[in-house]
Amino acid sequence: MRTVAVVGASLAGLSAARSLRKQGFDGRLIVIGDEQHRPYDRPPLSKEFLAGTVREADLALETDGEDLQAEWLLGVRAAGFDPGDHAVRLADGRSVRADGVVIATGATARMLPGGDGLDGVHTLRTLDDARALRADLARGGRLVVIGGGFIGAEVASTAYGLGLDVTVVEAAPTPLAGPLGEVMGGVVSTLHADHGVRLLCGVGVKGLSGSARVDAVLLEDGRSIPADTVVIGVGARPCVEWLEGSGVVLDDGVKCGADGRTSVAGVVAVGDCASWYDPFAGVHRRVEHWTGARERPDAAVAALLSAGAATPAAPRPPYFWSDQYGVRIQFAGHSAGADSVTVEEGLPDERSFLAVYRRSGHPVAVLGMNQPRLFTRWRKQLATATL
Amino acid sequence: MMIPACRLADLPRGEAHRLDLDPPVSLFHTDDGEVFAIDDTCTHQDASLADGWLEGSEVECPLHASKFDLRTGAVDSPPAKLPVRTHQVLIEDGMIYVQPSTEAPNLPPCIAARLAGGPA
Repeated sequence: MRTVAVVGASLAGLSAARSLRKQGFDGRLIVIGDEQHRPYDRPPLSKEFLAGTVREADLALETDGEDLQAEWLLGVRAAGFDPGDHAVRLADGRSVRADGVVIATGATARMLPGGDGLDGVHTLRTLDDARALRADLARGGRLVVIGGGFIGAEVASTAYGLGLDVTVVEAAPTPLAGPLGEVMGGVVSTLHADHGVRLLCGVGVKGLSGSARVDAVLLEDGRSIPADTVVIGVGARPCVEWLEGSGVVLDDGVKCGADGRTSVAGVVAVGDCASWYDPFAGVHRRVEHWTGARERPDAAVAALLSAGAATPAAPRPPYFWSDQYGVRIQFAGHSAGADSVTVEEGLPDERSFLAVYRRSGHPVAVLGMNQPRLFTRWRKQLATATL
Repeated sequence: MMIPACRLADLPRGEAHRLDLDPPVSLFHTDDGEVFAIDDTCTHQDASLADGWLEGSEVECPLHASKFDLRTGAVDSPPAKLPVRTHQVLIEDGMIYVQPSTEAPNLPPCIAARLAGGPA
């Protein structure tokens, strides 16, 4: 393999480029990114960066002096893929031919219909999004966050810290029920009320009002919530349009095996755009977690360089974290298969506890609030149990 | 200056012990029976490495995925970019002593900003 193209220059793409060099690939390495920025870290965008305690320079993922001997094509989008000669077609008309291709094009924030014509309406995915939102939050006033998931909750928490009047609107009866289950989703979302942030659940959003700038969020039950700024945090969809018709099989993202290999030889996919086969659940699923984007490229690159002969190490259970209102939330494992969840240590009311999810008595997931040490031990135990 | 840290008998293998120095330092007793001292705070974000995942002679930050080498302080991957300081360890009569490094520590931006802003 003489040339490898990594399409996507965020954490998953950078991790893939690093894995390639670490695993001995010494050929031509091309990294293509649609943003102008060098690889940067996204988690602080909803927290420290938005709050102004972390600067742009701190977000850089590359270390000083790091040189992957890569050609960086930044500020240009991948527009198509020809599997015949492994050519990635770029939006500016250029084409990059490679023996191996790593797809790492990520996901893009979902917008509400009619939401993108008004000033003051934001999604949060990129550094540019965060800059724009930070400027609007600096105006103060009333913020309405649509979506009570982790991004929405973190933005609400940060904005509360900046002194804004914050309302969170969540269509489901309980926020975070998807990742955490009903009971623990309810427990974690009580953090909003602790700080006087209004949480409206079980009500959908009908639309936004305003002429040039947004002035209210209109709910399906007829209420209208005044807003100076609105953040839409209703999930993300994989950026895979450029692969349509290319022969790379798509199914809510790029469909991959348990080692990231796609339907096309010499092509692997990693990060938020990739739907890997999950041997634990027996289904394909996209895992939109930082840790997956950091760790999975190792296995995908091994599969790419060995043409699938390498046996990937069993992945650790999915892990993610969130910081809200000064509370550290950590989760590992799979809550979906659980039939019970019990608090093993601490007290939910004190916002410091550890809860274990079990299926037929066996731990399958663990949730910690402000319990990093205990959480680490349980996470380790889960990892060993699934080997 | 050697600082008495704790008794070796009170620090089982696989465990860590944090010293409330400024900045905090942590001792790690590896499964192989070696004892190391490094700065306790991850260089990326305010997290105690003593709460982390100890494996071999590496500790993984309890929050994210960066691993620090207990022998050298080197970090393997993002989000942390800078190494932690290592400190000399001496074990005498069952007691662990630490000689703090005189190098400047690599503190995460949030803490460095707080310190630069003077006393809170």
